[in-house]
Amino acid sequence: MTETLNAITVEVNGVPRTARVPARLSLVDWLRDELRLTGTHVGCEHGVCGACSILLDGEPIRSCLLYAVQADGHRVTTVEGLAQPDGSLSVLQDSFCEAHGLQCGYCTSGLLIAAQALLDANPHPSDAQIREAIGGNLCRCTGYQQVVEAIRLAAERGAGKITP
Amino acid sequence: MKAPPFEYARATSLAEACELLRRYGDEAKLIAGGQSLVPMMAMRLLRPAWLIDINEIAALKFVAVESEVVRTGACARQAVLERDATIGVRMPLLKQALAWVGHVQTRNRGTAGGSLAHADPSAELPLVAQVLGAGMLLRSAKGARKIAAEEFFTGPMSTAMAPDECLEEVHWPLWQERRTGSEFTELSARHGDFAMVSAAAQIALDSEGRCVRAALGLGGVGITPLAFPGLTARLVGTRLGENDFEQLAREAAAQCDPGSDLHASAAYRRHVAGVLAARALRAAHGRAESVQ
Ligand code: FES
Ligand code: FES
Repeated sequence: MTETLNAITVEVNGVPRTARVPARLSLVDWLRDELRLTGTHVGCEHGVCGACSILLDGEPIRSCLLYAVQADGHRVTTVEGLAQPDGSLSVLQDSFCEAHGLQCGYCTSGLLIAAQALLDANPHPSDAQIREAIGGNLCRCTGYQQVVEAIRLAAERGAGKITP
Repeated sequence: MKAPPFEYARATSLAEACELLRRYGDEAKLIAGGQSLVPMMAMRLLRPAWLIDINEIAALKFVAVESEVVRTGACARQAVLERDATIGVRMPLLKQALAWVGHVQTRNRGTAGGSLAHADPSAELPLVAQVLGAGMLLRSAKGARKIAAEEFFTGPMSTAMAPDECLEEVHWPLWQERRTGSEFTELSARHGDFAMVSAAAQIALDSEGRCVRAALGLGGVGITPLAFPGLTARLVGTRLGENDFEQLAREAAAQCDPGSDLHASAAYRRHVAGVLAARALRAAHGRAESVQ
């Protein structure tokens, strides 16, 4: 049996991308395997770890729980879209380096997306709000402490203004 | 690709979704937020031939706070309900429960209607629906009907909906008593995980501090979320104190029928059910009392 292919157009990091995809292709697999945007990581593939977090129309969601065909007509921002236009790190990304907010980096793209969404909505979050915002992102390395510090640092540096 | 192959149809109206359901019946599944359905398909626990996507039907996303009920469209996102200031004031139990539902990323996509239709007996929103006695408006190509939560939940992951029916609206009853307080609490391994046991309570008092209305529910300890109208009716007309909360919680826990699994034994779940029920009643009562 050959699978039906569905035509989609999705705006990814500001650029319209078109494709023909089988319905069961997840958004994260499309982003990584076909668009080669491998910054978004995939861990559990069933909605538990948060590594695959992306922004859909500006809101953080898990891209392993959305089929690519469902994103047709919508706007997606991945971690690649957080960097500045010249490719240098955003304030938030730089704060993660500065505060040692990562070790192996597996969870990092998901955490950056969750944190940027928080700062976009709330430029001066409390620690409790930071912890709530990253509650759906598992990290097996850092113990989260430096992640919270990194987000706090980014907030102090005004990271809430630069997302596309 | 983890899910088995399926055909995808994006419904643009409720009528179209109903027509597709009429055509494909139990070969098809509706997808709302997909936060439970997509994992189940990834694990191949479900293999629908057709997925009917209702996410683009704007008419299913409304939230309307009316005098007697809060009406929500089946596809209203959990995050939208959580942020709704009027719901926070008029129906705090719903907001309190939503804080326990998954995480920011799943609430942004997940819908209240989807959670009810999925009918996980340990999920928070089905418990709220059961405790408040919410009404479910169901629609099929043949017409509409409305049923109460009590008849809607029939077992673990099962509801009274026919294969060609879809949930259109949820009607959450508003209590009119000014001095009303509520509480939702649960125990899970980590915040946002599936609850081992959850408890919801709502209590209304008159100006003298006597109970005029009370509701209690427990989740994760039966094949559906459980409410205890027979027990809570006894509270009406009395002034409530610690002994009443403890007594009622003990009796409710004794009526539960929890299962055992890797995470908790049936005996432990029953014990926790009693503890959480008392906590929920106590906190709901305290909130009602604090309204002057
Ligand atoms: S890969 Fe999506 S939540 Fe784990
Ligand atoms: S840095 Fe390794 S999982 Fe978070």
